[in-house]
Amino acid sequence: MNVLKHILLGSVVICGFASATLAQDKMTVGFSQVGSESGWRAAETAVTRQEAEKRGVDLKFADAQQKQENQIKAIRGFIAQGVDAILLAPVVATGWNDVLAEAKDAEIPVVLLDRGIDAPEDLYLAAVASDQVKEGAVAGKWLVDNVGSKACNVVELEGTVGSSPAINRKKGFDDTVGATSNIKVIASQTGDFTRSKGKEVMESFIKAHNGGKDICALYAHNDDMAVGAIQAIKDAGLKPGTDILVVSIDGVPDIFQAIANGEANATVELTPNMAGPAFDALEAYKKDKTVAQKSIVTESKLFTASDDPKGQYEARKGLGY
Amino acid sequence: MKWIKPQYIAFLIVLLLNFALFRGFFTISIQDGRLFGSLIDVFNRGAPVAILAVGMTAVIATKGVDLSVGAVMAVAGAVAASLIQSGQPLGIVILAALGIGLLCGLWNGFLVAVLDLQPIIATLILMVAGRGIAQLMTEGRIVTFNDPGLIYIGSGALLTIPMPVVIAGVLMVVATLIMRRTALGLFIESIGVNRSASTYAGLRSKTLLIGVYAFCGLCASIAGLIAAADIRGADANNAGLWLELDAILAVVIGGTSLLGGRFSIPLSVLGALIIQGMNTGILLSGFPSEFNLIVKAFVVIVILMVQSPIVGNILTFMRPTPAPTAVPAPGEKTS
Repeated sequence: MNVLKHILLGSVVICGFASATLAQDKMTVGFSQVGSESGWRAAETAVTRQEAEKRGVDLKFADAQQKQENQIKAIRGFIAQGVDAILLAPVVATGWNDVLAEAKDAEIPVVLLDRGIDAPEDLYLAAVASDQVKEGAVAGKWLVDNVGSKACNVVELEGTVGSSPAINRKKGFDDTVGATSNIKVIASQTGDFTRSKGKEVMESFIKAHNGGKDICALYAHNDDMAVGAIQAIKDAGLKPGTDILVVSIDGVPDIFQAIANGEANATVELTPNMAGPAFDALEAYKKDKTVAQKSIVTESKLFTASDDPKGQYEARKGLGY
Repeated sequence: MKWIKPQYIAFLIVLLLNFALFRGFFTISIQDGRLFGSLIDVFNRGAPVAILAVGMTAVIATKGVDLSVGAVMAVAGAVAASLIQSGQPLGIVILAALGIGLLCGLWNGFLVAVLDLQPIIATLILMVAGRGIAQLMTEGRIVTFNDPGLIYIGSGALLTIPMPVVIAGVLMVVATLIMRRTALGLFIESIGVNRSASTYAGLRSKTLLIGVYAFCGLCASIAGLIAAADIRGADANNAGLWLELDAILAVVIGGTSLLGGRFSIPLSVLGALIIQGMNTGILLSGFPSEFNLIVKAFVVIVILMVQSPIVGNILTFMRPTPAPTAVPAPGEKTS
């Protein structure tokens, strides 16, 4: 309790100090993050802090350690502190109605990051998320554009069975590639989004298809599985990136290094910058009380060897991936 | 005919099934000075679980269980990757990784032998906390390394045999010799059958129990080193995840009873190979991923049914020749 008092007192003093010395319109935003279960999540937190600093936003950060009750507590705390806005990366889809209604009563706009929720739309200002089907489609389009009219057998490393990125990224890719007659997915297995399973499954794919000579490309639902598979391709005496094309999704630092080394060909970025568009929406709302879009979809950008993979690797290395 | 164990037949059937699904299953070639083929994959990929199963067999023979081996794998991998990244020499890195595994095992042994906690609860603590420790060490990232010496443990080869297979094989032989050429194996079985009786008979049960758990932790850290070296990185979130269950299953397929007592390390290793044979077969078959678990469960049920003494008795009963009565059924205790 004592610690809490100190923190509260401290923040009151700092807030008072800040508002006295700085311009009146400096925004204070509370950010309730899920936790740090993956490298991407850590990068999202790091980028959100960077964006806040760049825009002169005073960011209050709360890590919920994968628990909804912690997120609800954090949001109530933000409301009590009278923040100007709240960013919420929800851990689950349901159970948000009450606390979001409290925020609405306090006239604090809430923006959702990277996951949607089951709640009436008027309880939040906007939702920023990526389009997973589109990510798969962008990866598929890269392959279609690069293979041309040649016959091409693709092996696919799926994510965890039943998870929404695995289902959606498969659908986007299959729909795009299925429209052509020369590209065929000949094998598809789950690699559980991990490097070790990606490597093990790729080893079997290679053996089952004539020592890998019948495989023209690998599509992996995330970069980690692709990194594992690249090692399996090398162990089989083939050249990843040349003998077997490699395209995957996420944009983690290690895949950029692989692209720089010519061992992978393309990755579709799942941007950790969900906060940028959220801050844009908040600033616009603050200025003239309008919301341009309820659902903001982030760009699914394709990176290849021509997009300075070395520079991308250096830029991402420190983000906590 | 007594020496033909049902596990041999099960392994043979799994291999033949794989051959039926994929004709090139037994084809072996040499690639970069290393044996290369699906059969080699079964041994190579099965090695970490086989190593876990060696330690787990000893623990289960004492009527215990170690749920923390998967988490200890993650911890050992994280220690190795962080140290090698900070420029420590390979010898220190390996010793530290094995040392931390030994320490984890000693902790489990202390809880079980000295504090008398039930093994399933005592090791559950480290199963949860160990992964947390590994995540703290790596900050949730995959810590990658390029040290050729450390990578050699996972993807190198000795006389064309993949290193993980060599390590698992040596460990199996050494552990079996120590257990069977000395009285140690007998002591462990006796603790598993009746701990207090063994203590009254003059066995130092506490010390033995602590030693068995420490050995299991050591095995887990060896498996953790191999898993990290294989992907050239420590993945604290996924390394060894759920492998404790595969290890327990391997021991059970190997015919060691969860109630303690009689055990066999080579048969547990064979159990691990049967599990991996199934996994590799599923990957080669081209079934959709949704079928993986169902196929695996079905094969496990069949294997365990074949080993069940009751099913064995029924089969013997249906045979025309009179059944031998002197041979005890597998799993039955003779103490």
